[in-house]
Amino acid sequence: MSTVCCIDLCRFFVQGEQTVRALDHVNLEIDKREFVCLSGPSGSGKTTLLNAIGGLDKPTSGEVWVAGQRIDGLDKADLANMRLHHIGFVFQAYNLIPVLTARENVEFVMQVQGVTASERRDRSMALLKEVGLEDMEERRPAQLSGGQQQRVAVARAIVSNPAMVLADEPTANLDSVSAEHLMGLFVNLNEKHQTTFIISTHDQRVMSYARRLIGMVDGRIVTDEIR
Amino acid sequence: MITNVTLSLAWRNLWRHPRRTWLTVGAMVFSNILLVFLISLQFGMYRVMYENSLRLFTGHLQVQAVGYIDEPRMRLTIPDAAGLAARLRDAMPGNDVAARGLAFALASSADRSYGVQIVGVQPEHEPRVSSLPGLVKRGRFLDNAGMQEAVIGSVLARNLRVDLGHELTLFGTGRDGSFAAGIVHIVGILDSGSAEIDRSFVQISLADFQDIFAMQGHGHSVVLMTSDLFNLKAATAKVEAIIESGESVVHDWNALLPGLKQSVQADMVSAWFMYAVLIVLVAFSVLNTQLMSVLDRTREFGVVMALGLSPARLGRLVLLETAMMAGLGLLLGVAVGSGVVLYFYHYGLTFPGLEAMTAQFNLPGRLYPSASFASLMLGPTVVFLACLAAAIYPAAKLLRMEPVAAMRAV
Repeated sequence: MSTVCCIDLCRFFVQGEQTVRALDHVNLEIDKREFVCLSGPSGSGKTTLLNAIGGLDKPTSGEVWVAGQRIDGLDKADLANMRLHHIGFVFQAYNLIPVLTARENVEFVMQVQGVTASERRDRSMALLKEVGLEDMEERRPAQLSGGQQQRVAVARAIVSNPAMVLADEPTANLDSVSAEHLMGLFVNLNEKHQTTFIISTHDQRVMSYARRLIGMVDGRIVTDEIR
Repeated sequence: MITNVTLSLAWRNLWRHPRRTWLTVGAMVFSNILLVFLISLQFGMYRVMYENSLRLFTGHLQVQAVGYIDEPRMRLTIPDAAGLAARLRDAMPGNDVAARGLAFALASSADRSYGVQIVGVQPEHEPRVSSLPGLVKRGRFLDNAGMQEAVIGSVLARNLRVDLGHELTLFGTGRDGSFAAGIVHIVGILDSGSAEIDRSFVQISLADFQDIFAMQGHGHSVVLMTSDLFNLKAATAKVEAIIESGESVVHDWNALLPGLKQSVQADMVSAWFMYAVLIVLVAFSVLNTQLMSVLDRTREFGVVMALGLSPARLGRLVLLETAMMAGLGLLLGVAVGSGVVLYFYHYGLTFPGLEAMTAQFNLPGRLYPSASFASLMLGPTVVFLACLAAAIYPAAKLLRMEPVAAMRAV
């Protein structure tokens, strides 16, 4: 069974008198443990596709299936619940909660899931160690560098063992060393935790890590290359 | 359900902008202190108003003949009223009891005649159930039963052109329908501040009253002053058990003087209007703070929604933040407000001119707030609920929030 399946997916936006076809009849299937990069220029529909797969945005038409469940018709509460249990997000701007420490940010999703405090602590500490932040667990986001914040965000995304991680331009705000380190981390987690990764990027270095590279232009998939 | 993470997030969110939070909490604390003090003072003043109004003449409870309250006829009497008063005094120590007789008559001086209300009182017991004996401004109150003495109102004295030592002739109808007449000497002139009393009251001893009006030992009421005018059930039940007569009934002050409670309630309405304005201002301050707070965190809310927090749960977060602020405002407001109330509860509140003004009416010269759970908690609880209500709109905005749009917010 595939982790993600999009069938004839469309997402149109109306801007003034124009209709922008952000996703134009996209068909896509991504299997478990895949490491996929969505590439393409700005406005090609990468983020819109990630948002549709993550249940953050409703498609205009078509179907989206995640972990065997059709999600395009779910209400807000069900979509939130689906994201909570099946999807981890890594954002371009890290988007950590500023009032929580690094450890609390990692624990956040587990807390919402109702995981016990001791288990949360064990798992978050183990993951912070895995991403190289074992001594920084009590620091607030403002006390961490961009690369460190992004590693906390990665730990947060995978700590509850989601079926897949959606990363939207995760290296866009990072220097090259941090970007290389982050991609190494993604690959390692993909292999170790068997988590599906779908990464949108237009960074060639990121694409070089992908085992499947999907190219998008004007809301359409124009290339789909298995490496 | 509110979990630890929601509580922890809510508390920390409050202190992201400590100045804004303290300003909002400060407004709540200020209004709560004000409400605690004003409501306690108001309740204290009402208590004094009730006590003074009832102590003037009516008392807390009265035993009367059945039907007398609706139609005070001369023949509707209580047999051996003085004896019943004595029995009640013996059975209910700590309560003050006095018997009375009431009749309408024509009072004539050498020059003029006026219609008056004759009140027969027990001189030794009346000062304990009524403040009128203390309002005799000239002369003295009755002190020798059966000596045909009278205390009259100051306006009546002026109208009749009489003074201390003058004679007054009373003409009326006796209990048995006979012609009643008597002569009394004026020993005191009272100035109560109540136009009705000063214009028409003539107090004589109950013995003289019973003699003049052929009462044969009967009276029209037995008046009781208890220790707590707001808790009269037990006292009423005890009096009812003692009177054991189907011809007499017990009425409490609310039945005897229905206008008193209504006037207090009317005053309360105007006071509550003022309090409502204060509470609405605080609620708008909270609304402003929470709207700003939601607007500030739009992007962050988008992120936590993306991570799996439902909009309803986010709404609860905002309500919880407000509840925490309002709770803090309530605790601090009640604590400081109670301190202020306790201070004035012990030392009283006065201002220039108050003592001179109240002394005229035989009233205490200081105002004392009433310190009760209701007076301390009523205002702050309403502020707390109003603040929560004010947070509903910002919380409801979150229900319509879309994560993608929220994350794009600057």
